[in-house]
Amino acid sequence: MEKTKKKFQINNISLLITVVLFVLMFAFGSVKYDNFFSISTFLNLFNDNAYLMIAGIGVTFVLITGGIDISISSTVAFTGVFSAYLLQKGVPSFAVILIVLVIGIIVGVAQGALIHYFNMQPFIVTLAGQFLMRGLCVVVSEASIPITDPFFKSMALNKVAIKLGSAKAASGKLYYYVFILLAVLLISLYVLKYTKFGRNVYALGGNETSAKLMGLNVARTKICAYAISSFCAALGGVVFSFYTLAGYGLQNMGMELDALSSAVIGGTLLTGGVGTVVGTVIGAMIQGIIQTIVTYQNLNTWWTKVTIAALLCFFIVVQRIIAIRAEKMKGKGESDSYK
Amino acid sequence: MANDNQLLKARNISKSFGKAVIALDNVQFDLNRGEIHALLGENGAGKSTLIKVLTGVEERDSGTVFLNGKEIRPKSTQDAQNEGIATVYQEVNLCPNLSVAENIYIGREPRNKFGKIDWKKINADAEELLKRFDLHINVTKNLDNYSVAVQQMIAIARACDIDAKVLILDEPTSSLSTVEVEKLFGIMRRLRKEGMGILFVTHFLDQVYEVTDRITVYRNGGYVGTYQTAELPRVELVAKMIGKDYASLNESVVAGQLGEEKAAGGEELIELCGVSSPGTIQDFNVKVRKGEVLGLSGLLGSGRSETARVLFGVDSVGKGEMKLKKEKVHFKSPLDAIRSGIAFCPENRKTEGIIGDLTIRENIVLALQSKRGMFQKISKKEAERLADEYIEKLEIKTPDAGQLIKNLSGGNQQKVILARWLATDPEFLMLDEPTRGIDIGTKAELQKIVIDLAKQGMAVLFISSEIDEMLRCCKRMIVLRDMRQVGELKGKEISEEAIMNIMAGGEK
Amino acid sequence: MKEKFNKLSQKKAFWPVVIFLVILLFNGVVSGGDFFKLSIVDGHLYGRVIDIFRNGSKLMILAAGMTMVLATGGTDISVGSVMAISGAIACSIVNGNILPGLNGNVVVAIILAILAGITCGFWNGILVAKIKIQPIVATMILLVAGRGIAQLVTQGKIITITSDAYYFINGGYILGLPFPLFIVIFLAGVLILFVGRTSFGLFLESVGCNPKASKFAGIQVDKMLLVIYTISGGFAAVAGLIESAGIKGADCNNAGLNIELDAILAVAIGGTNLMGGRFSIPASLAGALIVQSITTTVLAQGVPAAYIRVLKAVLIIVICLSQSKEFKEMLTSHKAAKKRKAVGE
Repeated sequence: MEKTKKKFQINNISLLITVVLFVLMFAFGSVKYDNFFSISTFLNLFNDNAYLMIAGIGVTFVLITGGIDISISSTVAFTGVFSAYLLQKGVPSFAVILIVLVIGIIVGVAQGALIHYFNMQPFIVTLAGQFLMRGLCVVVSEASIPITDPFFKSMALNKVAIKLGSAKAASGKLYYYVFILLAVLLISLYVLKYTKFGRNVYALGGNETSAKLMGLNVARTKICAYAISSFCAALGGVVFSFYTLAGYGLQNMGMELDALSSAVIGGTLLTGGVGTVVGTVIGAMIQGIIQTIVTYQNLNTWWTKVTIAALLCFFIVVQRIIAIRAEKMKGKGESDSYK
Repeated sequence: MANDNQLLKARNISKSFGKAVIALDNVQFDLNRGEIHALLGENGAGKSTLIKVLTGVEERDSGTVFLNGKEIRPKSTQDAQNEGIATVYQEVNLCPNLSVAENIYIGREPRNKFGKIDWKKINADAEELLKRFDLHINVTKNLDNYSVAVQQMIAIARACDIDAKVLILDEPTSSLSTVEVEKLFGIMRRLRKEGMGILFVTHFLDQVYEVTDRITVYRNGGYVGTYQTAELPRVELVAKMIGKDYASLNESVVAGQLGEEKAAGGEELIELCGVSSPGTIQDFNVKVRKGEVLGLSGLLGSGRSETARVLFGVDSVGKGEMKLKKEKVHFKSPLDAIRSGIAFCPENRKTEGIIGDLTIRENIVLALQSKRGMFQKISKKEAERLADEYIEKLEIKTPDAGQLIKNLSGGNQQKVILARWLATDPEFLMLDEPTRGIDIGTKAELQKIVIDLAKQGMAVLFISSEIDEMLRCCKRMIVLRDMRQVGELKGKEISEEAIMNIMAGGEK
Repeated sequence: MKEKFNKLSQKKAFWPVVIFLVILLFNGVVSGGDFFKLSIVDGHLYGRVIDIFRNGSKLMILAAGMTMVLATGGTDISVGSVMAISGAIACSIVNGNILPGLNGNVVVAIILAILAGITCGFWNGILVAKIKIQPIVATMILLVAGRGIAQLVTQGKIITITSDAYYFINGGYILGLPFPLFIVIFLAGVLILFVGRTSFGLFLESVGCNPKASKFAGIQVDKMLLVIYTISGGFAAVAGLIESAGIKGADCNNAGLNIELDAILAVAIGGTNLMGGRFSIPASLAGALIVQSITTTVLAQGVPAAYIRVLKAVLIIVICLSQSKEFKEMLTSHKAAKKRKAVGE
């Protein structure tokens, strides 16, 4: 009893709302539109948003430390265009993937180091990072480069059929690259819950001074968090090139906002210290379902943006109100817990 | 090595910040096994710098530190912890978003052979550990569910559980109640018995004489001496700490108080009638008269600062009403209060008082400027005149009014804040811990200024946790406990004993 | 003379202006003097320098508003989206797409567009001042929503307009000088006067340094923030008008895209600490001109536009580094260590 109760502390309220919201939206779509209710609609949320989810998981690490990373969209785009460029030059696909992932890590480490050692604002540093990477995209190629590599193609086109019944609605397909997302998700879950580094990430977001005085390695934790964010963005970029089979430097403009929105809608506090990667994935699924509904309704796609912004606003304000309440409660305290 | 029992030996430690500030000048400190050793000194003595050096927050410029005969040079708190030096700071340094158990074990989580954190063990161990501290709480709940006092005990539990040989307690008692302090002392004594060396910093001399074995005194970054607690009379200790003739300063202040006796008892200026504020004070009835210094006594969290905050319009009046010169008033913000002639030097000088990057002059005119409104700009000339006037009047030590306030010492900063409020020509002045962290000379000066102001007809509300100071300044005193008014003392009734009795729970 | 120079060089705007002039001079030398060539056609001044002022006007206006936001220690990343909204509204009205009853009245269109910007700014202000959401996060909401809203106004189309009166906002001339310059002079002038003649500037710096203490000193921090974000929104709307008048239409996808970094960069070059505190509007204006002239210079050298992004990114990192206390300490300790070594040897 005690254990189940603890699961629903204040922090998880927004996640709970999100899950309920997702179910409601899915139900709404199913009732309103023909062919909406199917496993395939559900699985497509992953097929279409895997790259966003991967990048979102990465940025969640940074958000939990209390930072922000808005460079990820450019990193995704750069990874895409640079891998396409390298493949075009005949570099083997595994080497290409390795190279772009390492570049991702380097970008993250550099940003994290600037932020930590020189106490610069994460927002400014990663905004500069965003410009830098976006600029480099165009330096590599101004035009879209198609990808013809067989490995990339096999990743892009192969899928696993999933059947839950004989009805048409009960079957769907998952592309191979979605399993990368699942792997990232599981590893992140484990890291955040069961490793020292993961717990340090939370401690850092709770109170950086305390974390330092408790003897935690703040520098390494913070820089690693930014490195993970950029690494995931690069990995997201690889998945994105599987998805599109092309690299184009102007792709994914503003995607960092989608990733941040996913995290926030999934219950991550932008003030740091609270957040889960599962929440981020669900946040991205909500965005996906809004997109799907907007498509079914044949609305202007910009409605998606506006709806997401409204949701984002709602969640941020709700979080804030909860926090204000908590602050007020604090005055009373629980000093009587002393026996 | 003469002393087998010696645990920590620091010799000839020096540390300076920049060129100008020498925080530690060739000091020493010894700590034996099974000893509680008080480190005392006024502000700026270098206590906190020594602690920073020992715990790896700062690196020493020169000197040696031996722990168990081995030289150490910790470069981070982590280093220091690994060497066996654990620290509990004045402000709780834990993470509010983590569970109690995790706060105790973070950084040294028990893990299985694959490196996976063993949560079951963490929770069980934490519960076990806290039981030893008589703390029976749900360790899986987040830390911010608990009061500051409990959090402080958790911090101490964490420090003790780290396989520490040396435990540094840097003013851990400031947020604890008397009962909790007793509990802490019990724990300290037990740890002493177990052979731990404890470096204890506190501002309360009573506590020094209650638990410590030896005392080391620093003054102005220099080493004064180390003494057996039992052999050092209080008066001598104080004399060593302040390093100057305390008696004369004391006398002038007492004289001030005598003078004030005649002036007291003017007409009522401000009044709280049955005021409650949500989450803080309950049912307060306070009257402040012109020309008197009214003291608010009570422990931290008893509602002292909260009362001032309500009077200043920071916190809202929930129930009851506030009257100014017999007329009902309602302050929505500090500005309303300032416009009604109220001034407030808040407790936390650094975060609520000074504007660090502005000049002394700008800091002084700020409140007057907001009182006048944004569009009635105080001319440069007037600002200069005001600043120079108060620099002279309050003897603020600075080359000129164009200096940034953050470069001043604590005492001078406090004087600037006082100047800021005097410039608004207030009728009612509230001072919340105006002398905290200020050297004893400036302290006496400030006390005298307060008494003089009352003599000139100002109503003053004085809040301080130092009873001595309250005795010297106040004619009338309201005692608070747990957000309630529990007693009032006047004139001759005021004594240390009487106050303590009421604070501790014996109703008047 | 020397004294005068010293006094002048202590002004915050001094070095940014000097740098701006150096960039101009560099261009002049590289172009063999062509750069400074001014021609008068129909009583209007034309020339590359004039172009910098004209093209930089949007940025100068944004930078003026952004200076105050940054001085409070906040930031407003929604300015680009607000520009898109304002352009969309104005153009749609002029075009008769919305509120056809107005018959495309340009003045009303401008007023409504600016009001929309002010509303956006006010919304940001409420989130920051009243609900106390971190500025980046608060303004991010509008950044996400803004272009969507603009698209909804234009119904997802790129709107083109034909209205000489509206073109005048960007292309017009008064006394031979481009009209946007007068908008800058007016807006920045009013702002500078406001900051200088009232104690708004003092209050602002105080809030930027220590909001809590400022509140205790009687400054109404919330109101200040509300006003500042509102001004920033209003200024962004004006910049949006100039932009849309320049392209003779509203392009919701690209109007003001990424301009927030330029504005922040301009303010940073002007010497305002991005963490809040001391600020100078004239210095930020000079900073905006520097950013604009760098863009012009780089383009004139035939370098692809993409490199400008890289350059700006590097520039802002360098400036932030120079403002970083930790970086300065590292430099000085490095120097000290070198000295010590030198002495030791």
